[in-house]
Amino acid sequence: MNFGFTEEQELLRAEVRKFLDQNCALDEVRKIAATPEGVAKPLFDRMAELGWVGLTLPDRYGGIGLGWVDLVVVLEETGRTLFPSPLIATVLGATAIGLAGSEAQQKRWLPPIGAGRSIATLALLEASDRLDPAGIALAGKRDGAQFYLRGEKLFVMDAGTADLFVVAFRSGSADEDVSMALVERGAPGLVVEGLDTMDETKRLGRVRFDDVQVAREALLGPPGSAWPVIARLLDYGAVAVTAEAIGAAEGALDLTVRYAKQRVQFDEPIGRFQGVKHPLAEHYVEIESVKSLLYYAAWMLDEQPAEASLAVSRAKAWASDAFAGLGIDTVGLHGGIGYTWEYDAQLYLKRMKWVRAAFGDASWHLERVAALGGL
Amino acid sequence: MDFNLSPEEEAFRDEVRAFLDENLPSEPERDLKALAEWSRKVREKRWVGFSWPKEVGGGGGSLMQQVLLKEEMAKRKAPPLGTSFMGLAWVGPAIIQYGTDEQKRRFIPDILDGKLQWCTGYSEPGSGSDLASLQCKAVRDGEHYVVNGQKIWTSVAMWAKWMILLVRTHSDVSAKHDGITCLLVEMNTPGITVRPIRNMSGSSMFAEVFFDGVRVPVENRLGAEGEGWKVTVSALAFERSSISEVYGLARQLDGIKDLAKRCTRGGRPACEDPAIRRRIAWADVRIEAMRLNGMRFLTKQLRGEPLGSETSINKLLRAGLEIELGELAIEMQGSCGALMKGEGLVPDEGRWQRFALSWPEVVIGGGTPNIQRNIIAERVLGLPKD
Repeated sequence: MNFGFTEEQELLRAEVRKFLDQNCALDEVRKIAATPEGVAKPLFDRMAELGWVGLTLPDRYGGIGLGWVDLVVVLEETGRTLFPSPLIATVLGATAIGLAGSEAQQKRWLPPIGAGRSIATLALLEASDRLDPAGIALAGKRDGAQFYLRGEKLFVMDAGTADLFVVAFRSGSADEDVSMALVERGAPGLVVEGLDTMDETKRLGRVRFDDVQVAREALLGPPGSAWPVIARLLDYGAVAVTAEAIGAAEGALDLTVRYAKQRVQFDEPIGRFQGVKHPLAEHYVEIESVKSLLYYAAWMLDEQPAEASLAVSRAKAWASDAFAGLGIDTVGLHGGIGYTWEYDAQLYLKRMKWVRAAFGDASWHLERVAALGGL
Repeated sequence: MDFNLSPEEEAFRDEVRAFLDENLPSEPERDLKALAEWSRKVREKRWVGFSWPKEVGGGGGSLMQQVLLKEEMAKRKAPPLGTSFMGLAWVGPAIIQYGTDEQKRRFIPDILDGKLQWCTGYSEPGSGSDLASLQCKAVRDGEHYVVNGQKIWTSVAMWAKWMILLVRTHSDVSAKHDGITCLLVEMNTPGITVRPIRNMSGSSMFAEVFFDGVRVPVENRLGAEGEGWKVTVSALAFERSSISEVYGLARQLDGIKDLAKRCTRGGRPACEDPAIRRRIAWADVRIEAMRLNGMRFLTKQLRGEPLGSETSINKLLRAGLEIELGELAIEMQGSCGALMKGEGLVPDEGRWQRFALSWPEVVIGGGTPNIQRNIIAERVLGLPKD
């Protein structure tokens, strides 16, 4: 029994942290977030060169062949610095191709994705915002062996920079008649628009499909077989988001603790007052507990992915609400300065708004915990 | 990261399982005779004081084996390993670490055999969370200490044969932690008066203890004079893994899930109420977090890293859960939650009512939640001391 990271994983963490500290401190994050694309593509390319983008991809397709526990290490660090990148989107896109793609599809897409040349993303959610088969309503009209997609996808991560969309669509009227296809940017009838996100370091978009043609070789798996894969992707997504959220939570707590040690009121550092120190202690308890839950969930994804849902839901359920609360305390315990645009506290608060809903909020995951626990 | 057991660990776990299959009395059969038989057998296996060195009669078990043993025992709801609860939990470890050879010979075998029930004389009326301010006084008089003062919230004082007692031997010290001495006191010594205190559930598990010129032989001092704080704090810090508590809470939660299927709210089973489902799930999440936190701390210990104040994390989680589970069980009963008992009205013979009135024992005892928050804020986050 060993519930800790290996020396290699600690080394990986140190490398990622050093890279981000040197290249993407928070003032740099603000500059990147203010650009129209909102992502640090040159830095992302360098991370790809270092192997961090293709970390979980098989080595025969140019990846490193490591697991999700290793990826969690990287994501905690990208979260800590609020690094604006399409890392999560692209890893999830690649995971979808790895789970459901043919040999030819994997060979075509995984090497450029791992190398940072192609940005992939999942297009799952729609206006209903549902994480179940009924949420996939985008119509796929069959024409022989191919489909024509009509409708729109919402909340697509990094849609503006993505080169490849993994699109879930409805290929029949039966509840679980759900399919997936690969659609490239620039496909005729495909329109991508950015949405105005609260957290400018996390870009979401709307993707419209106006009779977009999906050829047979662009189908990801046989028609009508996609829901079990999508269900798995939701678990991978929740783990990725929670891992980044843990890093951001630690960054937020660190910022607030430092401030509480320096800020003097009533002739005392405010960190001496229990009204300040106790909530900070509670946030520490929450972060450490979410870490335990999340590391175990990531290990389950590596070892027994089909059985991982309960572990995943426990982690995301706690992270969603608790870290939103931490974001609020990060601003609130700072007082007036925390409310300003210039001060970094607000960046964490906004990040937690993105974290909360992504791949299921606390209500959704707690209901799943209840159901899987026999209620 | 690997949650699988090594072949040696697996072999040990299988040994424990086989022992349980053969020797665990079924729950209805656990009369005094069966429990005595159980105690004899686990003592024979050296599973009482399993973590203690073999030289003093312990089992010399490794940290990992201790956890496996506790886990298997908890899963099967086995009776405790040994009956001298406080003796095994912290008096014995303190004696092993600081006691003289004579003290070890005199006390350790009896603790292991369950012949000595101990109580703990730490808290005083004026010294609760601020334990180091204690005032119960001992003055040296030849080969004795003469003790005067009072202790309070002393669990099982009315049944214990011995007490581990903290007294002030010096008051002219700069730090209040200095000048405290630890004595081992026989409870039938003249001058000791025990007055039970009735708690809010109606039972009496703890007491006030008064000392009026109580003479304690110097040979019963544990550790050096003035080092009592070190002796006892180190014994308290002798960290027990929280695995038994986790399984205890998980069992309560199973009971609550079952209760949720039997109680009705608004004409429907409580288990269909989204608010109840959410609260049960939220308790499940925190219990699992405690289990996994414990495994992370264990991994640190196995790697030889000292445990800092991380264990306060699980103490805080447990405190919240003990209260929340009781509240949930009462709330699901609706108006019957206001009853103490009542044939046909109150489920499970009032078990949940009693549960909802028992949390202070574990939530307040051993450091209140606010003290745990202070520990984390000051020792982990480095915030200034109160």
